[in-house]
Amino acid sequence: MSAHTTTTPTAKAAGATADWLDSRTGVGYAVKGLARKLFPEHWSFMLGEIALYSFITLLISGVFLTLFFVPSMNEIHYEGPWEALAGAQMSEAYASTLRLSFEVRGGLLMRQVHHWAALVFMAAIVTHMMRVFFTGAFRKPREVNWIIGFVLLTLGLAAGFSGYSLPDDVLSGNGLRIAEGITRAVPILGSYAAYFIFGGEFPGQDLIPRLYMVHILLVPGLILALVGLHLAFVFLHKHTQFPGSGRSNSNVVGYPFFPIYVAKAGGFFFIVFGVISLMAATMQINPIWNYGPYDPSPVSAGAQPDWYMLFLEGALRLMPGQAEIVIGGFTIPLNVIVPGMILPVLLLGSLAIWPFLEAYVTGDRREHHVLDRPRNVPFRTAFGVSLLTAFLVLVLAGSNDLLATHFNLSINDITWAFRVLVLVAPAIAFWVTRRLCLSLQRKDRELVLHGHESARIVRFASGEYVEVHTPLDEHERWIRVQHEPLRPAVIEPAEDARGVRRTGYRKDRFRQRLSQVFFEERVEPVTPSEYAAAQAHRLHAEIEPDDEPAQISAGSVHQD
Amino acid sequence: MKSLAVRRHDRRAPLVLLALALALMGALYATAVAPSRADASPAQVGEEDVVAGGRLFEANCASCHGPQATGTDAAPSLVGVGAAAVDFQVGTGRMPMAASGPQAPVKPVQFDDEQIRRLAAFVASLGPGPSIPTAEQVDPALGDAANGMAIFRTNCAMCHNAVGAGGALSQGKFAPNLWESSPTHVFEAMLTGPQSMPVFGDPTITPEEKRDVIAFLERQGGQNPGGLDLGSLGPVSEGLWAWIVGLGACIAGAVWIGARSS
Amino acid sequence: MSTVERDEGTQTPDRFEDPGLPQHTPRRGDLDPKQNKKSERIVLALFALSSLGTVGFLVAYFALPTGGDATTIFRSNVSLGLGLAFALLGIGAAAIHWSKAIMNNHERVEARHPMASPPEVREAAVKNLTDGTEDSRISRRGLLKTALVGSVALFPLTILVPLVGEVGEDWNVGALKHTMWRKGLKLTVDPSGRPIKASDLQVGSVVHVIPEGLDEAEHPLDEKAKAVVLLVRLNPDDIRSEQGDGWSYEGIIAFSKICTHVGCPVALYEQQTHHLLCPCHQSTFDVADGARVVFGPARRPLPQLPIAVDDEGYLVAQDDFDQPIGASFWERLR
Repeated sequence: MSAHTTTTPTAKAAGATADWLDSRTGVGYAVKGLARKLFPEHWSFMLGEIALYSFITLLISGVFLTLFFVPSMNEIHYEGPWEALAGAQMSEAYASTLRLSFEVRGGLLMRQVHHWAALVFMAAIVTHMMRVFFTGAFRKPREVNWIIGFVLLTLGLAAGFSGYSLPDDVLSGNGLRIAEGITRAVPILGSYAAYFIFGGEFPGQDLIPRLYMVHILLVPGLILALVGLHLAFVFLHKHTQFPGSGRSNSNVVGYPFFPIYVAKAGGFFFIVFGVISLMAATMQINPIWNYGPYDPSPVSAGAQPDWYMLFLEGALRLMPGQAEIVIGGFTIPLNVIVPGMILPVLLLGSLAIWPFLEAYVTGDRREHHVLDRPRNVPFRTAFGVSLLTAFLVLVLAGSNDLLATHFNLSINDITWAFRVLVLVAPAIAFWVTRRLCLSLQRKDRELVLHGHESARIVRFASGEYVEVHTPLDEHERWIRVQHEPLRPAVIEPAEDARGVRRTGYRKDRFRQRLSQVFFEERVEPVTPSEYAAAQAHRLHAEIEPDDEPAQISAGSVHQD
Repeated sequence: MKSLAVRRHDRRAPLVLLALALALMGALYATAVAPSRADASPAQVGEEDVVAGGRLFEANCASCHGPQATGTDAAPSLVGVGAAAVDFQVGTGRMPMAASGPQAPVKPVQFDDEQIRRLAAFVASLGPGPSIPTAEQVDPALGDAANGMAIFRTNCAMCHNAVGAGGALSQGKFAPNLWESSPTHVFEAMLTGPQSMPVFGDPTITPEEKRDVIAFLERQGGQNPGGLDLGSLGPVSEGLWAWIVGLGACIAGAVWIGARSS
Repeated sequence: MSTVERDEGTQTPDRFEDPGLPQHTPRRGDLDPKQNKKSERIVLALFALSSLGTVGFLVAYFALPTGGDATTIFRSNVSLGLGLAFALLGIGAAAIHWSKAIMNNHERVEARHPMASPPEVREAAVKNLTDGTEDSRISRRGLLKTALVGSVALFPLTILVPLVGEVGEDWNVGALKHTMWRKGLKLTVDPSGRPIKASDLQVGSVVHVIPEGLDEAEHPLDEKAKAVVLLVRLNPDDIRSEQGDGWSYEGIIAFSKICTHVGCPVALYEQQTHHLLCPCHQSTFDVADGARVVFGPARRPLPQLPIAVDDEGYLVAQDDFDQPIGASFWERLR
């Protein structure tokens, strides 16, 4: 790089550094290609960033914690300052967590930052995933990124579960006991699998050190690698954009990465970390000194895992016990296997394969870079809402004892109600959401054809009162008419021109039937011909926003 | 600032006034109308107390517990339950019960200290049973809070929650929050096993150990070094607040970032 | 019933055309230099707020100790936390306000290109692969290919076998079927280890029990995880299950405290209903009826510990449980 006519010392130094780097790495190519990459602007595109920044917060606070935490299950007697635990027998893991909380300056703050960040991390992943799902951002070419994101979700669950189990307190320890019970339930290999994980009988001596390795090495390593890949794909594919004037499938409209998004994204990291710090400063979380050191005997009322595991907890609570079966002397505890293993695979798995399912049903092989408005894809939106409803019912079921005490209800009645609701509520949610989407689409048609209600009443000489509508401007109209609705598949006929049966017809017919279920009920967007017809049939005066009616007596509604 | 003067009657003003009025009323109620704790230091019990207690019993308790306190279909026998049980049940307002059932919720106390003492004396006279503890027996300063926590963790936390916030039992019953319970009532509850609560007799949890539990409850109560305790209900409330405050604030930030600047 | 709403067969095109990007509307700060200055001052103030936060954090760190009581720890936590929060939020808000109010906010447009590589690139890629395969001269050497795949597939065993083999300690899963309870072993109070006399209990009493000598076991917590017992005294008339000799003593009965669902301690005893509730998933057992399941996801009753009274009046076990305690597993009945 040749020196320009810059004379300030900083500019000179910057130039020299850039020259040094580029001569050794060719980084100039990357800077050229990436620095001014455009990214569309919308707040919902930042949900993934919340997850990313809370993850970085986790890494930073986590490093602090690793300097003090002792991952050992050796039993010692407490000699620290907390009165209620004086002399109590506990593992070194628990004792080191107490020391962190009470004797290390900033230790409790870092612990609380870490745990709040973990909860926000999972919440952000779920919200981000919902946004991607409901706007169809998982379609080609982003299916790979969707799968990566799904794997990140499961890794997040693993990180959270292993993390909150590390302090070895009564609450998380009972959670580990439950994990052992679920592992045992695996047919044939269950007891061996339990021995594998726990290094022998429960609780054993190996569990906390193993969870520690998983929590600080294995899972974060995988997450970092996959997040890197996830972000690389966003850069490579360029970000999707919401429909709007000037935005098409073959362009990207937005602002350059440098300086706009460096500032916005960089600033947002500080905001997210700052919000989490504010929570850690003022709101207590995971007060392990209240739960006590883990011992297989005690248990506390209100025994729940962190919120992202509550759907599993709820499933376990709802499943009736009769489902355990014995075949030939061998026990198959379906009452544990179904909620603990089959249900999560079904719920989460259906999310994971959704892009491929949808691509199969629609037969759509095009690239999509313009997002869907959720109302324009009623089946997908309804499915997403019904899946969320199922999760919500399970989460509430997992909190049934707290619901019982807070609303003065019987825990048994709540459990029965949720047993019914977990099957019924998603179906109702599906139906309601689909009808809502179709109604919203009809409303859009109405708006395009007839315009906004202007609250101006016009009285004709004949005595008729009509409300004046202001037509949509072309930008507002474009958003409501640009989408290509999904229609049932059109397939080639069963027999060709000479009456020979076509191979592959049956598969096509199956796909067509499926697509009819998805897309037969739909609302088409307004076409120019329909719009023209509406114009021609307009009975009430079509008044442009700035015009005043000349000939008609205007008894207008009072305006500010 | 001209706009402030223009809106002399801001449409939000009534709401603000209402909020202020509510806050004022709440503060008044909390400070001026706070209920006083029943102090159950046992005074000398005389013959007249037993008789007076018998009259009180006849008027208020016999309809369910039977004229001789031997029990009916609606309520169990009180022979042998001791003064401690009466002091607890009546002193916390659980008795007289509004309706018969397995859960006796705390209600406003119906009798004053002297009447409670007399009722207790009467029931104690029916048959030997646990007596009301002395002040020394329930003095938290004399108890070992660490030992108390260990005992509480094994025997009490499963129903009352690790810090005594309360918990659910089956069929709509519940183990109540212990934060407002007096040391004497805690002692008596352990000793007599009221309603669904099991009996923790002196051989299994000694009187010293009971005092340790009381010391734990008194000294741990309100100890929240990390900040707001969010009800001390554990991960469910933490998750709720993480969504509402944490994600909510972050999404608010995102909306601010994405909004057009004027 | 199709609800397709569309009009067919006119001369006008059947799709609207994109009206193109809307006009850029300038910000107040773009038109008014005073407003621009004001925005800059706000950014400066926010950065200053952040620095104040950092200073406050450092003051709190050096000035406020941590200690053994909740108040000092609380003070330290709140001060450090608020300092940190302002230090961070100040920078974030400053950067964002700058980007929103001061930075050039003209929207720009860029073309997208299809993700797939163009045909000539694909051809060249395929050619490279075929050239390379030719160079490797692996074609028509089937045995070589098999040997390659085979040995590569095999070598991970050198890592996996010892890893899996050692991870499960002694793999003695039979230990799941037995606990340390033996004939004559006293029932003692958890956690103090005091032995229990039958006369200590009255109707409605509950005691959490561990076996005598638990502390001397090689792995006390592992043994405790199987051996914890709940001891209850009922009115003998209330007991409905067949007790037989050596199972209970005058209404005093003992059940394993480990839930048969997935292993939590079942400890919520309701004196009046004789129901034992597990707080984890609400399995409910009827202690008066052999601890059979009356509600919830558990399937099997809690195993009962046969007990009797020795000549000093202490409660002792008569035997180990007659079945494996806790959660079910494949071979529990074999």
